[in-house]
Amino acid sequence: MLAQIFQISLLNLRNLPQRLGSSSVIVVGIGGVVAVLVAILAMAAGFSATLNRSGAPDRAIVLRGGSSSAELSSTIDNQSRQFVGTLDGVRLSSGELYTVADIPKRATLLPSNVVIRGVEQSAFEIRPEVRIIEGRNFNPGRNELIAGRAASEQFVGIDLGASVELRQSEWEIVGIFEADGSAYESELWTDLAIAQSAFRRFNTISSMRLQLEQPGVTDPLQEAFDINPSIDLAVTSEEEFFRSQSQFLTTLITGFGYGVALIMAVGAMFAALNTMYAAVSTRTVEIATLRALGFGATPVVVSVLAEAVALALIGGLLGAAVAWFGFNGYTVSTLNQGSFSQVAFDFAVSPDILVTGIVWALSLGLAGGLFPALQAARMPITRALRGD
Amino acid sequence: MKSFPLIWSNLFRRRVRTFLTLFSIIAAFLLFGLLRSIAGAFEMGVNVAGVDRLMVSPKYSMVDGLPISHLAQIEAVEGVAGATHMTWFGGTYQNPTNFFPKFPVQPRVYFDLYSEYIIDPLQLDAFERIRTAAVAPADLAEEYGWQIGDRIPIEGDIWLRGDGSDLWEFELVGTYTVRDDESTFASFLFNYDYFDEARIPETQGIVSNFVVRVTDPDQAGEISARIDAQFENSINPTRTATEEESNRQFAAQVGDIGLIMNSILSAVFFTILLLTANTMTQALRERIPELAVLKTLGFTDRRVALLVLLESVLLCGLGGAVGIALSGFALQALGPELEGFLGQIEMTAATTLSGVGIALLLGVIVGLNPALSARRLQVVEALRK
Repeated sequence: MLAQIFQISLLNLRNLPQRLGSSSVIVVGIGGVVAVLVAILAMAAGFSATLNRSGAPDRAIVLRGGSSSAELSSTIDNQSRQFVGTLDGVRLSSGELYTVADIPKRATLLPSNVVIRGVEQSAFEIRPEVRIIEGRNFNPGRNELIAGRAASEQFVGIDLGASVELRQSEWEIVGIFEADGSAYESELWTDLAIAQSAFRRFNTISSMRLQLEQPGVTDPLQEAFDINPSIDLAVTSEEEFFRSQSQFLTTLITGFGYGVALIMAVGAMFAALNTMYAAVSTRTVEIATLRALGFGATPVVVSVLAEAVALALIGGLLGAAVAWFGFNGYTVSTLNQGSFSQVAFDFAVSPDILVTGIVWALSLGLAGGLFPALQAARMPITRALRGD
Repeated sequence: MKSFPLIWSNLFRRRVRTFLTLFSIIAAFLLFGLLRSIAGAFEMGVNVAGVDRLMVSPKYSMVDGLPISHLAQIEAVEGVAGATHMTWFGGTYQNPTNFFPKFPVQPRVYFDLYSEYIIDPLQLDAFERIRTAAVAPADLAEEYGWQIGDRIPIEGDIWLRGDGSDLWEFELVGTYTVRDDESTFASFLFNYDYFDEARIPETQGIVSNFVVRVTDPDQAGEISARIDAQFENSINPTRTATEEESNRQFAAQVGDIGLIMNSILSAVFFTILLLTANTMTQALRERIPELAVLKTLGFTDRRVALLVLLESVLLCGLGGAVGIALSGFALQALGPELEGFLGQIEMTAATTLSGVGIALLLGVIVGLNPALSARRLQVVEALRK
């Protein structure tokens, strides 16, 4: 039996090139589904990876209490800031000013929200991944900026040595920094004091970054805030903060990808069915002859299924390859709803996503091959031999 | 037309094949309808902008805000017929997925400027008179089941109240509709005077932008330049653009949604084209002796070719029509859920018509080659086969 299955399947697969035209329908159809699915999932994965990379377990972020969950709409006064710095469990703290400026995107030349972050020197100790790769760090007290690598790539005029106009004054870009491919690379950083005066914030800040004594332990801090009636602050672990920011868009893109791929898959499955019915019908005499020679029904079923699955696999691999070569590492920048600012990220075609794509391809091949295979096996031999 | 029964019965002779092809085409046009409508939700704000309106925004960033004192100066600029201000409120109604824009406005002037917004004059009076009044687009009120007189709580995030609370409560005094129902960014509106009094004192007097109606839309460029010149050397410089340009700039921040949708659609259509072309060629090949008989009976070359072509156009047209109709139903069913994420999604007449047009065109492209070979068919040779 196994030998029969092997022989017929091999014979069938060898004959495939004769049905090249109609077979390509399965390959292209399923290839299209897999390419679209892999590309869209890679987009969602890239976006969430960029934001998730921005958080570290030993870091926490402090914002104004209440419903605000964004640095942009948060304000912290000097008294609260000093209170946080003295708490037990906080190893280091950095007061930061967070605002956005309109800078044209290179791709569209239209103004887009780019983050300007005013930081203290401790910000660099708290975030050791931030490294200057070109130029130098800004000097406190001067209109100098350092730009994340992605910001420099995505926005017009964010080049080392160039100057940009923010709030009626000229700022020189003196350095470019990297931050492990995190969302910080989409930002422009400057000295906190100079940012406070340029953006007229007096001595208020937007948020604080903390380095915790014990990674992930924020509850005692929140309790300390809650028992003090003059303090209205909320602390969140940095990982949680970025996870909740990425959730909305990641869910949206992933759902969209599966939805589109599902409808395409239905179309491709009907196309596969059509092709396999046609394949069975051109092989009518061949199949009947095999049956007359004593080959069983199962080897015939398997041979048709093998053909469908083989074509689906080729399609799946081609689609995955198209998505990989076309999109892996492709950088786009979008408005992150959570922070109301542009975040640049790379499409990330991961092995997981490729496996998902191939699984879809194989399932579609099986679905498209099953009924035609059963039909081939049920064919009355005598009539089929006459070629009816 | 009298050939129609012939074409119809040819089409459904191989039922399995025809239906399978039909279903693929339906799937393709279902996607077409959905994706175009979603892309449309992003582009819509751009299309609805008034031609005679300008938007005055802060020069350096939309989050900066502008002092309300700019308003009087703007009104005095030559070519300005009317002006008002708007403030982006942010805020959350019940939960963050209930997304709709909320703006404190000057009731009377706002409805004057947005003349396409239609409201009952008595309700507009109430909106102006009652401090905590709000009005909502009729479909938004329907979606959340709001009745006139209801109190609607909104949790503030950008704007906090001077009394330390972040809960704002408004009384719904009216609803409005949009003429031609083209607008998708119709907003929840409430009284600026109340908002300004109640917010934290240091933040009072700041608005997000100004809306200006010009006397002559052809002079929009000059008037914009004149407005910006007024504030160029102030500490709050402005950037003025037509409402359309300004909406387009904001939509572009999300990224090129249109491009992504169109790439997916081309992948879908390329696949469907290949598949349907394959089916039609196969159908023709089987039918060669028959077409020869038709020719022998006196059908002209042209008529035989037309029969084949129409069969393909009928198949694609049918698939397209059903697919587009299905996407219309799907949007109605899914609409409320998607709208939380994307704003209002509507299937426009343009989407429907272009879908049907593309379906027919697909039919022609796919049927052309088989039709030409049917036309070239030599009776004697074909009958011999």
